Amino acid sequence: MSFLLGHFNYLIVVFLMMGGLWITFSSRNYIKRMIGLALFQTSVGLFYISLGKVAGGTAAIVLDKTSKAGEALNAHLSPDYVARAGVDGVVYSNPLPHVLILTAIVVGVATLAVGLAIAVRVREAYGTVEAGEIAELDRTEAGPRA
Amino acid sequence: MSTGETLILATLLLPLFTAGVIRAIGRAEDVRDTITLLAGIALAILCAAMLVRTGEGDAPSLVLAHPLPGLDIAFKLEPLGALFALMSSTLWAVNSLYSFGYMRAKRETNQTRFYMCFALAMAGVMGVAMAGNLFTMFIFYEVLTFATYPLVAHKGDAAARRAGRIYLGILAGASVLLLLPAIIIIYVLAGSTDFVAGGLLVDKAGPATAGLLLALIVFGAAKAALFPVHAWLPNAMVAPAPVSAMLHAVAVVKAGVFVLLKVSGYIFGADLMHANPVTQWLLWLAAATIVIASLVAMTKDEIKARLAWSTIGQLAYITSAALIGGAALTAGGLGMVTHAVGKITLFFGAGVIFAATGVSRVSEMRGLGRRMPLTFGAFLVGSLSVIGLPPFGGMWSKFLLITNAFDAGQPWTAWAMIASSILSTMYLMPIAVYGLLPPTGTQPAAFTLPGGAPRLSLTPIAITATLCLVLFFLAGPIVAFLGPLAGGAR
Amino acid sequence: MNAFIDFYAAPPGLTAHAAPLLVIGPLIAACAAALSPSTRSAWMISVGGTIFAFWMALCLAGEVARNGVVNYYMGGFAPPLGIAFRIDALGVMFALLISGIGVMAALFSGHTLEAEIMKGKRRLYQSGFLLCVAGLLGLSATGDAFNAFVFLEVSSIGTYALIGVGVDRRALPAAFNYLVMGTIGATFFVIGVGFLYAATGTLNMADMSGRLATLGDSRVVEAGFAFIVIGLGLKAAMFPLHGWLPAAYAYAPSLMGVFLSATATKAALYLMARFLFTVFGPHLDFVGLFLTWVMAPVAGAAAIICSAQAIFQTDIRRILAFSSVAQVGYIMLGVSMASAEGVSAGLFHLFNQALIKSALFMALGGLAFNIKATKLSDFSGVGRTAPWTMTAFAIGTFSLAGVPLTAGFLSKWRLIEAAFAAHWLWAVGVIAVSSLLGLIYAGRMLETIFFRAPVSEERAGEARFGVLVPLWILAAASVWYGLDASLPVDLSTAAAQALGLAPAGAAP
Repeated sequence: MSFLLGHFNYLIVVFLMMGGLWITFSSRNYIKRMIGLALFQTSVGLFYISLGKVAGGTAAIVLDKTSKAGEALNAHLSPDYVARAGVDGVVYSNPLPHVLILTAIVVGVATLAVGLAIAVRVREAYGTVEAGEIAELDRTEAGPRA
Repeated sequence: MSTGETLILATLLLPLFTAGVIRAIGRAEDVRDTITLLAGIALAILCAAMLVRTGEGDAPSLVLAHPLPGLDIAFKLEPLGALFALMSSTLWAVNSLYSFGYMRAKRETNQTRFYMCFALAMAGVMGVAMAGNLFTMFIFYEVLTFATYPLVAHKGDAAARRAGRIYLGILAGASVLLLLPAIIIIYVLAGSTDFVAGGLLVDKAGPATAGLLLALIVFGAAKAALFPVHAWLPNAMVAPAPVSAMLHAVAVVKAGVFVLLKVSGYIFGADLMHANPVTQWLLWLAAATIVIASLVAMTKDEIKARLAWSTIGQLAYITSAALIGGAALTAGGLGMVTHAVGKITLFFGAGVIFAATGVSRVSEMRGLGRRMPLTFGAFLVGSLSVIGLPPFGGMWSKFLLITNAFDAGQPWTAWAMIASSILSTMYLMPIAVYGLLPPTGTQPAAFTLPGGAPRLSLTPIAITATLCLVLFFLAGPIVAFLGPLAGGAR
Repeated sequence: MNAFIDFYAAPPGLTAHAAPLLVIGPLIAACAAALSPSTRSAWMISVGGTIFAFWMALCLAGEVARNGVVNYYMGGFAPPLGIAFRIDALGVMFALLISGIGVMAALFSGHTLEAEIMKGKRRLYQSGFLLCVAGLLGLSATGDAFNAFVFLEVSSIGTYALIGVGVDRRALPAAFNYLVMGTIGATFFVIGVGFLYAATGTLNMADMSGRLATLGDSRVVEAGFAFIVIGLGLKAAMFPLHGWLPAAYAYAPSLMGVFLSATATKAALYLMARFLFTVFGPHLDFVGLFLTWVMAPVAGAAAIICSAQAIFQTDIRRILAFSSVAQVGYIMLGVSMASAEGVSAGLFHLFNQALIKSALFMALGGLAFNIKATKLSDFSGVGRTAPWTMTAFAIGTFSLAGVPLTAGFLSKWRLIEAAFAAHWLWAVGVIAVSSLLGLIYAGRMLETIFFRAPVSEERAGEARFGVLVPLWILAAASVWYGLDASLPVDLSTAAAQALGLAPAGAAP
């Protein structure tokens, strides 16, 4: 139980991920599928942030441990922990995953934009964004030209 | 570049070049046909020159490309290949002459494509004949398959296309599924695929592996038409007569047995052929093919179908020789030549009869010979040679094949050959004999072609019939020439 | 690689920075193409940009041939801190392939865009194409796992857009499906990389490999492996994750057909090989088990099932698309042998496939002016009305089916040889059977094109000269490498060696 509670953020990640995938695969509507995809990608962001978070750590901006903010931070942490996990007496969260996921978010937004643009074009060409109806139109209508 | 290399290159390029010229000239019929004929004669002269050099022990060789390490596109003449090349090129020239008469008389369409594919097929044959290793042989073997496909499907109607598909399906299918893996395995085992006197695989493969490889190759070389990969041959008979004559009596089917003879002599060697457990089974299968094909041939009224089944049986003779190996290889080589000349005569005859009268069934031919004495006379000569009666070339090859089978302790094979010879008398002789007998009851069919048989086609029949006779006297020199083939083994 | 050892045809300053220039060149060209004044100038920029990239790839090949591996640290920051490009023989092979095909595709694009892309979008189209090229080249150059993801998506996003812009509306749902599947694949890959980062604390693939070797099996590593393999499998259209591919290839504008079929799935395969052999390595139990018991059977099934499916397609481009999936199967089969022979044979096959498929799609695209439909029956008798175009198509088809004297034959030969050497007799059978099926669909195409009567006389005509040039270069390459395969064999052998697989007989 404590394992689950200790990893509740990962549980949320899994929940979001599965939810996103489920929406993506079960929907026939292009817009809903994009929503699912966005949810799925966002869950990965949370996953990376969780990886990078160090308990009690602060943002990776160089901090003097004797400064007011530094003392406020260290007040909540045991000296042993600070000595083990800290750099120059200050505990930082790992900045790298944050930076990475910033890139991933950009990629995700771009994908979303392209996907929605294609959905718009689909709507223009077929008059619908329902996968079933599109397949039906492809089967029945003679002209394959847009 | 040495003379030998030049000869090989010229032999390869001449048919290819001819194909290009034929394509370019196209509709100028007379020029196109003349060029085909001249190319055939020139090719025969080249092959004769190579044969002489090979006989003198100065075999030409050439390496064209190195696709992969140990894997070359290389050519090297040896007696059997030189003989095969000379036989095919000579008969190509003769057949070209025949084609002009036949194709014009029948007013066939797409003649340019026809002659072009024929020339390409000859390039394939030359490559197979001169190949210095199994890989090169395989390449040209496939060239032959694909170049002859348009000839089989020449008519372009549904039946012809279906036959073409069967043809390509069996030939290409067997070679991809069976022959090619076998060649690659040989390459892995021996590091090359070269033809080596005495056998490439000696000391490199155990009897069990050799047996597996032998089975793969015998069925993979489906052009040899051993049961059950024979089905393409009767189907291919939808093709025009010159195609059946040249390709399905000479070039294509002989390329199949040629592969088997070469593999037996230069890849496995007599000892491995003898020691592996599969040879015996294949020999029994070949014996069965010999007898059954003859029996089927007897039931066929359609003359080309009868000849096709006869070919299947006769090919199995040569396959048996290849399987026995050693001294039998020379008998096989001789059989290859005599059967080719005999069978092409028969197909020529069948084609002329069909072109002149539209008759293609044996039962309707009674009395026709009175009106076409030359054709039926030549047909009789061809029949006698194929059956194996003196004074024609076929006799020596049959004799040698049967005695070799007895010597090798394969009485079943020998008896099958003897039985089949008797059967072949029964299905071949009636055609010529009834044709020459006086008609009974209904009159024989009239000429549909004004003037009867196409003139241009009669000369070739006379030539090949004469060759049947000449081969009777040439058998000795040919066997002597092929001597190294058997001598290298034992 | 020896062919490149004396390649010094660039000023030393340029050679020193060839690795980033390989990517930056097409990127800048992409911007320039978008801003250029006319379609024609955009096309010239596109050709110039890809030629520049190819030149840089040649320089890198020379460097790799001399020094083994080219390391380039962005901004001078060494790996744990900075992002590194690390180009070895495998990367160079892909860079050469992608940029080379890129040049051909760019040459080809000049005329076909007029037929297929609406006016006003053509410059942007060239720009998108160059982005794609840049992304794929970056993928082949980078030594950083996350960076690889970014490049993968740069190229993929370009691809999604470019597939959908054609005149055939069926391309739109195809592009959408590809986008969904591709994004899921890429996201799986990122998740996997995240796991590996959690386990090793580094994103540099070389460092990762070193730390994984000491770490051994752990749940986290195994989970990462699974995510990465499935993600890249989706991108590479690895059977049975290939559902998106046939429609995307079949209905895309022909430029995309040409470029994608040669490079897109191949790039994902490249990354997969990188992870399987460099980052993880077949010595890890679960990798070995995966290769033998998952990848090999799946690859064999792909080679047979998809070849069989190709036979029954009525749309000519769908035949080629299914054939592509089957060919991915061949390549995977070679890779799954995890031997130097197998992997190099697979890579050799990949190289040939890139040449073949781009040539085939190019021939079809070149006729897009004349033939407005894509059904196989619409191509009846085209062999007579467009002999030059279709002869090149026939050469490509021969190579695809593995007819002797073509490159495709030799790579199948190497695959069978490798399978036999690995004692995988079943794989020999699979390749033989699948080759036979390949012969059938190839024969079906050629029979229709050359031996059926033309549908109507007026839709005659060759492809434009500008199309015939790259088409025949590719077709000639297929024949040339069928006669002398030393270049691709050298490249693929060196690539397999770069993956840590020593040829049999060599000292370990």
